[in-house]
Amino acid sequence: MKEYLLMLVGCLLVNNYVMCQFLGICPFLGVSKKFDTALGMGLAVTFVMTLASFMTWMVEHFLLIPLDLMYLRTIAFILVIAVLVQLVEMALKKLSFSLYQALGVYLPLITTNCAVLGVAVLNSNNGYGLLQSTLSGCFSALGFTLSLLLFSCIRERLEMSDVPKWMEGFPGALIAAGLMAVSFMGFGGLIG
Amino acid sequence: MAKKQTFWSALLNGLLFENPTFVLMVGMCPTLAVTTAASNAIGMGLSTTVVLVCSNLFISLLRNMISEKIRIPAFIVVIASFVTIVEMVLKAYMPDLSATLGLYIPLIVVNCIIFARAEAFAFKNGPILALGDGLGMGLGFTVAITILASVREIFGAGTLFGMDLMGASYQPMAILTAPSGGFLTLGLLLIIVNMVRKKLDAWVAARKEAELA
Repeated sequence: MKEYLLMLVGCLLVNNYVMCQFLGICPFLGVSKKFDTALGMGLAVTFVMTLASFMTWMVEHFLLIPLDLMYLRTIAFILVIAVLVQLVEMALKKLSFSLYQALGVYLPLITTNCAVLGVAVLNSNNGYGLLQSTLSGCFSALGFTLSLLLFSCIRERLEMSDVPKWMEGFPGALIAAGLMAVSFMGFGGLIG
Repeated sequence: MAKKQTFWSALLNGLLFENPTFVLMVGMCPTLAVTTAASNAIGMGLSTTVVLVCSNLFISLLRNMISEKIRIPAFIVVIASFVTIVEMVLKAYMPDLSATLGLYIPLIVVNCIIFARAEAFAFKNGPILALGDGLGMGLGFTVAITILASVREIFGAGTLFGMDLMGASYQPMAILTAPSGGFLTLGLLLIIVNMVRKKLDAWVAARKEAELA
């Protein structure tokens, strides 16, 4: 139990995917203008990443290793993720149309979120077991959601404040993200 | 632009006018992650360029055979195959680089630059144009991240390509090589790039007006 708790803190704060490992920067910069869309994106990514970690572990251990096809790992993983995103999209369309509409274009874009493929490859590199893989996927995605939400709040404030002309838009957002990453650095060394 | 595109105009377009990092702002993850040292940036940039050129050429050649509906899975398979080839070559011939870039090599698959160029350019244009576009975009990316990495390495560690640059008395700004430094340096560089572009645009507009007058 303690091990998993440490993993949760590790993924949320110490090794936050966005702030410390640079995974999932594109949605982090692209979908963080409004709090609501950021929340929707975060939840969708959490769902897909948890499922993807589970599925890629299955594929790796029941398909790739027995058949000695490990060199096809990248291709196999990305295909699994693409199929999964497509399935989630179809299921959401049937089950909860309002959520489906709210997420809109962001759903198919999850396929090219490098955090999803990143967690699958990292799980496999670290030799995690099934439960550990699934949890690390879920926790890392929660970390992603956390930083996305915090950043969207900062950007909503930035919109309303008087920013120098030459810092408007992306440069200002990047510098804000940099300062946020500095504060996340403070968590380094929290777990030895 | 109504001007007819050629191999060279497509190449220049990627290198300058639509530079993927400074203008289009795509492919941010590797941009920030591997730019702690200039040599890593060049390795990453060239690996991405190879994948981009090959996938652009291949997709452009196959564009009449891939049906519109399944184009995205088809792109993914083509791109992932080339990434796997690059991964294996790096592991075999450049194990040091492969170890430092680590996770980010398989992640070239989901680099938005490659996907965006496949969708926006290679699927609609002939192989020669696609080749130029891939080369231009790839080199534009390489140049941009090498600049970013050089700034971070010079000020953050006092070295460039591993050579001592600032002398022993220099106190390196460690924050620049830390993750947060990536965001900060890119933000500052973007401010400079935007200023230069504004000047350039004003200059082009002034020249056009002079031509009309």
